[in-house]
Parts: sequence; structure tokens; C-alpha cells
Amino acid sequence: MQKFFNKEVAGQIKEILTQMKNEITIKLFIDGACDTCLETKRLLEETAELSDKIKLVVHETKVDTEEAKKYDITLTPSFVFLDDKGVYKGVKFSGFPGGHEINSFITAIIEMSGNHPEYPQELLDRVAKITKPVDIKVFVTLSCPHCPGAVETAHRLAMLNPNIKGVMIEAQTFNEMSNKYKVSGVPKIVINDKHELLGNQPIEEFLNKIELL
Amino acid sequence: MFNLQIGPKKQDINYNETYDFIALGLGPAALNAGLYAVRKGLKTLVVGKDFGGQLKNTSEVDNYLGFSLVDASFLIAKFKEHIDALEVPLLTDVLITKLEKVDDLFYISLDNGHILKSKTLLYAFGGNPRKLNVPGENLLSGRGISYCVTCDGPFYKDKDIVVAGGGNSALDAALDLSRIAKSVTIIQRSVLRADKKSIDAFNALPHGKVLLQTEILEFIGEDKLSGVKIRDKETGKESIYKADAAFIEIGNIPNTTLIKDLALLNEAGEVYVNEKQETNTKGLYAAGDITINSHRQIIIAAGDGAKAALEAANYLNKK
Repeated sequence: MQKFFNKEVAGQIKEILTQMKNEITIKLFIDGACDTCLETKRLLEETAELSDKIKLVVHETKVDTEEAKKYDITLTPSFVFLDDKGVYKGVKFSGFPGGHEINSFITAIIEMSGNHPEYPQELLDRVAKITKPVDIKVFVTLSCPHCPGAVETAHRLAMLNPNIKGVMIEAQTFNEMSNKYKVSGVPKIVINDKHELLGNQPIEEFLNKIELL
Repeated sequence: MFNLQIGPKKQDINYNETYDFIALGLGPAALNAGLYAVRKGLKTLVVGKDFGGQLKNTSEVDNYLGFSLVDASFLIAKFKEHIDALEVPLLTDVLITKLEKVDDLFYISLDNGHILKSKTLLYAFGGNPRKLNVPGENLLSGRGISYCVTCDGPFYKDKDIVVAGGGNSALDAALDLSRIAKSVTIIQRSVLRADKKSIDAFNALPHGKVLLQTEILEFIGEDKLSGVKIRDKETGKESIYKADAAFIEIGNIPNTTLIKDLALLNEAGEVYVNEKQETNTKGLYAAGDITINSHRQIIIAAGDGAKAALEAANYLNKK
């Protein structure tokens, strides 16, 4: 079977992954041959082959029900990231991370490994003050160049505060969910099903909405 | 299938350094400026949020010399490859919060808390999509109204779509959407100003329609867009035109807020530059879509950027 990553792209990703600091684990949840499940599995397998710091574990949701419940898996395919200590920090993807989302996927790997951006203290203080549970959904299309930025912001907030969870949702695969949240423009950011943002907004805008909760 | 835009290595930025040349922006103008400045031997840094600039809002490019009809993301990848090959230092994923000139140095405050220093500065921040500013637009934005064809086009398969505008970006958007839409109607308040090639291609479509001399007065819909209220400027007749989606492609607003205290702007917010891309502040240059008389073309932005870098090198040599 032809690989997703040709030699050139595989080489580029391998080089980028040398920025990883510590090991990470990706747990993928699939439901047999559900829409994009096998493609996502293949893509994650090919990615894991490019760094010995990435461990991939594949779960069948119908078999590993407890595990699926633990990570609140309601859509398949979905995958979550665990740090080198096996801690889940709320970084999740639902759907195939292709097209432009390859950028948020690779960024999540690098940042979960401990190589994260610098943040000003003022921002860290604001994030640290969030004590309520926060669920950030970022709806994307794979052809959207502005979407990875919004996904990365949601994931960064999740990595910074255990009360925050961030998930990328590929809008076309999960059409029903997109309709429920009336998604017809992306990136659409939904916070605790209460507040919405449209576009690749700065982290401060995310925080402004979160602080309203 | 994959639009990989992450660099091979994160640049280590020395924030204590005084740079010779900093280019603000990550579109064709700033990137080409960075490339020229590095080749001139200037201590250079290119700074911005997203690699590619406004090119990211484009689907296809057919007028950049050397690349006939390519995906815009392909061109962005080629730019990245070239920038990396020449080791042009980049600082991405940051926002600029303040620009100042004190004595002979420019100080660039970043949202990561750091401040950069440079002897010369190029401002090339492009623009943000212009809104029509008619009733219903804000309410229905993201609910049928969109400013990004590549992002939101996929939601409107087999739907009736209108495109507001008559320039190249509007025609390109209409052609792009025509591949999936049931119908595409271009609504333009005056005449079409796009390239003849694009106009001919659109006119040849069986499901394409053009309404000229037609104004959009209002966007109609409660939860999502259902139509646009239009007025025929010749007859004055108003009507509701059914639409499931409206893509606004009427140009950009120059992103010049940060430079307004340092450079002279015209009423449209564009930066006055001379033939050397110089602003009225010594050592401060501007290039690309934010400048006066810009034709808003990738190749022109890239050319402006190159010129600015060469002029900055001359300026530093004479000091």
C-alpha cells in the first residue's frame, strides 16, 4: 500500500520531530473501519515510525470500553496525547489530521514532549487562575489554513492547566456534530457549549471567553 | 494531501541582539525582503504570526512567474523551502504589540514578552478581509457569510452561493466554488475588474451568473443565511436573491494600526512610500498590500520587499 508520507515529507517530519524533548504516547481510538479510522491509524503509524520518542497504542472502542470512557471518547477516530509520565492533559483530536491539520498534529507532538513556546508571565498567571472545567471544541476543515492556529491555542491552554481540555473536530467527518453546533465557517471555537469564537483568535480572546464562564 | 508549514528547526532568537534589518510579516513581501537582506549580509530577522501571509487565503495562483496554475499552498511551501535553504532567520507565531523608534533604533514589542531591536525595519503586514458593512453581515458571519473560500467552501456542496466582488480574488473564489456548488452568482456593484482569462472561464460555466451594477443591501436570515437583499443600480429595483452562502471578496483593509504613529498614511490607511519603499521615518520601509498604489499582487509584494531590503542595505552602508 502506498504510504501517506512520501520520502520527502517523511524526511521533513523526521527532521521536525528531532525537536522532541521527552517521549510521548498517542492513544488512538477506532471503531473497526469507521469513516477515516483506518486512514488515521495508518497516518499515526507512519508518524510514530519517524521518531523513537513516539509510542502509539491503538484501541478498539467496542473492546476497550473502559479506556474509551477514561478519555471521554465519543467520536471515532479520536486520539489523545499522554506525556512521558503517562499523564493525559486534555489534548485530543477527533478526525484525520491531514491537509493543514498536519501542522497542529505535529505541533501537539512536539509541545507535549516538553518543547513548548515561551509565554509571558502575565498570561501564565491568567491561565493558572482558571479553576472551572473548560471544554474547548475547535471545528476545522482540512483545507483551512487558519485552523491549525486555533487548534494549537486550544491544546496549549489544555497543556497549561489541568482544568482545560481542547479537541480538534474535523467538521466534515463529524457532520452531525457540526450541524448540532451550526458550523458553517471555520475555525469555529466552542467553549463549554456556551461561548463561541470564529477564526484563529489570539490566546487572550480564548481567555476572555473562558473568564466569562 | 499535507500542507506542512512547520520549519525544520525552531530558531533560537537572541533578544539582546541589535539587528540590521527586521521584516515584519510572513507574506511574500517580508519573506523576499528577508532573503535579500540575508544575501546582503545583514543581521536579519523576519517576524510574524503565520507563514504565508494573505497567500493563505488564496486557493490557486496562475500569475507568479515560473509557476503556472499552482495551489497557493504549494507556492507557500516553495517559499519556505527557499527561505530555509538560505537560512533566513524566522520568528513565527508571535504578535507584535508595539513599535517605537527611539534615537536611531526601532523597538518591536512582542506578545511573548520580549522586545527586539533593529537599525532598520520593514513593515509588511498585508491586510485583513474587507467587510461590506451592511445589515446582517456580522450576525451571519460564520453562519453562511464567509471571507475564506478555502476554509469554508467545503460546507456548501450543491448549494446556491453568491460571491460579492469583481476583482481577481472574487473571480478566483467563484471559479473555485463552482466545482462544488449548485450555482454561483457574482454580485458586483460596478463592473468586473478581474483578468479576462478568469472572466471568460466563469462565463463559460453553465451554473455561473453575474449580476453587475448591483448592490448588496442586506444579508437575510435568522440562524443562517437564506438570501441577500440586492438593488439594481440602473432600475433602482430591490429584490431578495436566494443564497445559502455568501463569500465576500472585496479586497482588504491595510493592517497598518501598529505603524500609524511612525509613518504617514492616506485616508484608506495605506502607507505612503517613495520609489525606494521608504516611509517618512528614516530607516522605516513598507512593502506589499499595505502601501499606496499597490496592485495587490504576490509578485509585486515580493518585488517591493526585495527593493526595501536593498535600500535598507544602502542606508546602513551610508551611515
